[in-house]
Amino acid sequence: MKNLDQQGQLAAPDIGALPDLLHRAGIPTKEVIDIKGSALVVAVEARFWGEVAAVTAASHVRWCAVWGEHRPPEIVITAALAGKNGHLLIRTAIPDAQGELPSQALSYPGANRPERYVQEMFGMHFVSHPDQRRWMRHLAWEADQYPLRKDFPLAGNPQARTPPDCDYPFIPAEGEGLYEIPVGPVHAGIIEPGHFRFQAMGEDILSLEEHLGYVHKGIEKCAEGRDVSALIRLAARVSGDSTVAHAWAACQACESAVDLTIPRRAQMIRAILAERERIANHLGDIGACCNDVGFSFAQVQFSRLRELWQRQNAAVFGHRLLMDVVIPGGVAQDIGAEQIILLRQSVEEMLLELQDLLPLLYEYPSLQDRLCTTGVLSLDMARKIGALGYVARGSGECWDLRRDAPYPPYDKVVVTVPRYSGGDCSSRLRVRGYEVLVSLDLLDEFITNLPAGEIGKPFPSIKKACSGVAFIEGWRGEILAYVHLDANGNVSRYFPRDPSWLNWPALEALISGVIVPDFPICNKSVNGSYSGHDL
Amino acid sequence: MFSVLRKSLKTGCLTEKFSPSAPPVSRLGSNLQKEIARIFGKSLAIRMVDAGSCNGCELEMHAVNNSFYDIERFGIHFVASPRHADLLLVTGPVSRHMQAALKRTYEAMPAPKLVIAMGDCGADGGEFGISYASCGAVANVIPVDAVIRGCPPTPLQLLGGILEVLKQ
Repeated sequence: MKNLDQQGQLAAPDIGALPDLLHRAGIPTKEVIDIKGSALVVAVEARFWGEVAAVTAASHVRWCAVWGEHRPPEIVITAALAGKNGHLLIRTAIPDAQGELPSQALSYPGANRPERYVQEMFGMHFVSHPDQRRWMRHLAWEADQYPLRKDFPLAGNPQARTPPDCDYPFIPAEGEGLYEIPVGPVHAGIIEPGHFRFQAMGEDILSLEEHLGYVHKGIEKCAEGRDVSALIRLAARVSGDSTVAHAWAACQACESAVDLTIPRRAQMIRAILAERERIANHLGDIGACCNDVGFSFAQVQFSRLRELWQRQNAAVFGHRLLMDVVIPGGVAQDIGAEQIILLRQSVEEMLLELQDLLPLLYEYPSLQDRLCTTGVLSLDMARKIGALGYVARGSGECWDLRRDAPYPPYDKVVVTVPRYSGGDCSSRLRVRGYEVLVSLDLLDEFITNLPAGEIGKPFPSIKKACSGVAFIEGWRGEILAYVHLDANGNVSRYFPRDPSWLNWPALEALISGVIVPDFPICNKSVNGSYSGHDL
Repeated sequence: MFSVLRKSLKTGCLTEKFSPSAPPVSRLGSNLQKEIARIFGKSLAIRMVDAGSCNGCELEMHAVNNSFYDIERFGIHFVASPRHADLLLVTGPVSRHMQAALKRTYEAMPAPKLVIAMGDCGADGGEFGISYASCGAVANVIPVDAVIRGCPPTPLQLLGGILEVLKQ
């Protein structure tokens, strides 16, 4: 266990050095000040869009996200990049009629699907994109309709019965003895819908192609016109398992936009909620991973711990999944002296349980036999894709916003970032086990040092349009939220980027060569959110 | 091996007594319900379909299978195929991209069959409502027999709701 605390070598440059890096490559940038938040924002000319990516990719800068915003007669495109200690947003504007932009997907494979999504939601075109197929759109709206344009009504113009999407052009494979397995959208277990197309030879999977978008329910369009409180209720339902993290990200984006600093006590309670959410999900998934290889003992034990944990959530915060506790300006629930005792007790009990259980999992030969060397994602591939959270940290990457680009209250604590380099299901499981222990330490610290004071401030009324961006380390990894409020204080654009956008491609990458019966464990070890991706 | 046995013995039996009080289930009129419940008796095979949920409902659906609630002791279990199912448990507002899949799953079930819409989204569209991408309530797509509200319903509410529909 002693090599765990070593921090990985991050080759990415300091975020402040990125504009200089671009200048030296002959790309002029202009600082933009109208997006508030922790990120540096620069504008570049549209013709340099692809070159920016080439330059930053060569310097090991991580690609995070791209999103559009329709401001007639223009579409403003923003991409987020991450350096060693923070984020850079690059921004450009193109005309909304036949607007074009060079693709960044050639330099950053992780940009492939996000760019296709922007294309079909805004009706612009990424030139020389390596994959010209549609991505999120099935058959609910026409190819020449663009839902996130301002002239597209929320109600749209749907048919009474949307036909099934049977003709998505999967990449074909041919050869003797090769066969195809189509799976989904309705899966065998209690999980979300999506389609997987396997090409297999005997027991071995040659390739997997994902077709997602089944639970696209128009979250971004739905957000438009809402007030801030209603936006946060929606954000809390982007992905139910990450309700705290998404609500926090959206809140922080709104609060940054209006320069609202929330009380220290509220920040700490948000962090307590976020760490409790991280632990609940890790517990559930550790059990489920073991169950997927037939080790039901662990499933029973970890679902027991998760249930107890959720009951404590309900006792202290009034909701088993902690929904709607994070609100604009702070939190909805204070913690009394009695609840502090309960929280502390729950941390101590969990620690004792895990001291029993985690070593047992790590040392159980028949379990590790199934997990070790199964579903290997190399560090190189993880970086290429831009994988996040425990998926990246199980492949030797060592990046965690709470340590590397800390937001309050993590700016005042030391966060250990576990890292294992095997890249297999066992490594991802170990990362998650270790992360639970780190979170328990953090919880202890937050509970002990919880300052007195207010748990929130009223969200101010605003007089002119403003926008903000926030980055939060959810249990799956980095979550981004961008919010643009209009002059009336209503939402004009909300964009949440769930880590699943970058982890779904990681599943495709790690599955080749795995046998078909090991797909469930590999899938669970990554556990992408369909809802968080499909929006 | 011994550590597993020791831990299991130390953990003991966790399954809790369950007495439904004021079940949070609202029925939508189906005259067939009594008959269906009589035919199924106390054994019930559930096929769940997430038709667009945020996955919160799925988390609580997993929870009813844990040792505390242990839904299987009532003869209720989740099955992989609609062909084996008596009850379709649907979560989420029905996204338009899932409309056909939900209808086909429903049609693949043998009669008699029950449908429960789980959660506020399944009941009325919830935060997402009806839009270019969402059909809203489950009842807008397939016939629904009962609704279990909540965001998400707790395991007790879910368990109580299912038992209540059966007890008819």
